[in-house]
Amino acid sequence: MAAREGLIGTLFIAPWLIGFLVFSLGPMLASLYLSFCKYDLHAMQWVGAENYRRLLTTDPLFWRALQNTIIYVAFSVPLGLAGSLAIAILLNQNVRGQRFFRTLFYLPSLVPAVASSLLWLWVLNSENGLLNHCLMVLGLSHRACPRWLEDPVWTLPAFVLMSLWGVGGARMIIFLAGLQGISESYYEAAYIDGASPWQKFCYITIPMLSPTIFFNLILGIIGSFQVFTSAYIMTSGGPGNASLFYVLYLFRNAFEYFKLGKASAMAWILFAILLGFTVVQFKHAKRWVHYEAAHD
Amino acid sequence: MIDRSPATRGVTYALLSLGSMVFALPFLWTVSTALKTPENVFRSPPQLIPHPIAWSNFAKAWTALPFTTYVSNTLFIAVTVTIAQVLTGSLVAYGFARFRFRARNLLFYLLLSTMMLPAQVTMIPVFLIWRQAHLIDTFYPLILPAFFGGSAFNIFLLRQFFLSLPKELDEAALVDGASYLRIWWSILLPLARPAIVAVTLFTFLAHWDDFMGPLIYLNSPEKYTVSIGLRMFQDSFSTNLEQMMAAALIHILPTILLFFLAQRYFIRGIALSGIGGR
Repeated sequence: MAAREGLIGTLFIAPWLIGFLVFSLGPMLASLYLSFCKYDLHAMQWVGAENYRRLLTTDPLFWRALQNTIIYVAFSVPLGLAGSLAIAILLNQNVRGQRFFRTLFYLPSLVPAVASSLLWLWVLNSENGLLNHCLMVLGLSHRACPRWLEDPVWTLPAFVLMSLWGVGGARMIIFLAGLQGISESYYEAAYIDGASPWQKFCYITIPMLSPTIFFNLILGIIGSFQVFTSAYIMTSGGPGNASLFYVLYLFRNAFEYFKLGKASAMAWILFAILLGFTVVQFKHAKRWVHYEAAHD
Repeated sequence: MIDRSPATRGVTYALLSLGSMVFALPFLWTVSTALKTPENVFRSPPQLIPHPIAWSNFAKAWTALPFTTYVSNTLFIAVTVTIAQVLTGSLVAYGFARFRFRARNLLFYLLLSTMMLPAQVTMIPVFLIWRQAHLIDTFYPLILPAFFGGSAFNIFLLRQFFLSLPKELDEAALVDGASYLRIWWSILLPLARPAIVAVTLFTFLAHWDDFMGPLIYLNSPEKYTVSIGLRMFQDSFSTNLEQMMAAALIHILPTILLFFLAQRYFIRGIALSGIGGR
């Protein structure tokens, strides 16, 4: 019976197992091999660590792309987390019309990436865009308004701003669910002890929510590192490579310059960076992530 | 952290109203632009409520590019992928949730770890496979992978849901002579309806939105999806902005409609994924 159960179970997961071998594990190994080769779709030649060496030592665009991406991640992830958490806390106050507000905050995250890029292209338009019109209403002169996507200094901030439009999305809903899972009795006890709202936030909400924050942080970093569509559509990496993000540069090497070996090496460097980040965070997590015993 | 004092209430309402207005502004701006006549688009100060209202922009945008083709291509891909992923994904989830077999936990961790694998690592060899098979510029590279369980996230979500259903149900059905496939189809799938609906929505939307897949694999304009087709509008940015915004709204509209039709499932599905992720 046990042997039969094992066989049937394996049969049920077989589609995934086959897919995993054909579309994940196999390609992973192939990509690792390719990263040590020179390959332009015609001739393949083993070059050892040459792709990695060149990327790290003689390719200024690689470093530019990495730098742009890290700056983008460093701002959009923490600001995004703080924004999502703030909205979730506001929505959790049992106000009337909670559903209505939740929907309004959630909608931007439903907008398809291409549509949202076109929309923001127009919002950020330096002559007639919504954002600069608003800044002018607030008292800025036309000349003082940033030329968002035309001025290299303002390009990354523009992309961060655009990413914040989506803070009411899945992350916020996950925070809201986490908040609703915190027992009211903790807050009542704190109230009796005379804790201020800020103390309640720091000593109850944050620790109780830490697994959710951790989950959102890890997925947020992995997701933001792969920013692509908005830059591809809105600026093609410009002006002057100011929005050349890592995956955009990787994509160009792969599908525009057909440097498939170099692009594969870039993919593995990205993978190593993300893996490194994740491992470091898991190690750190022991210090600040609080798991309730026997939660489920 | 619920504070019921009137002052806090007031501040909460003020912040919520202000915040949601800021979030809604880009939408209103887009809708307003999409309804303007070309002369009014670049007027300064801008009209928030267009006068006259040019509904014809939507019809013009729809015919300026072969939108009917784009929409039917996208629907074909997204619907096929969704059906395939829900069926095969739930079979795999059933296998992981209800059977004991060798290396089950190891395989399940492998499945979870693929969620963290950036797509770029496998993208190039997978492209080479399809090229070798002479299937570039067809829908196959976008559709076939869905028949292998699809995204790890979906399988994970469904497995969590199946685990929460009492195993006695399966056992009773087995005693009554039902096959495993029958249990999956007639017992687990109906009971897991909230999770199935959530996975269906997420999968459909992910493929309705998908840009990089079609960008890599589709070359002929008659095979374009909406997201690739929309990009064609960009060249006319300065001349037909109002039509471009109308086209963007056409792309957005189905996602919002789906959300309003199934808001409950969306929210529950997302919450489930976050709690499951602990």
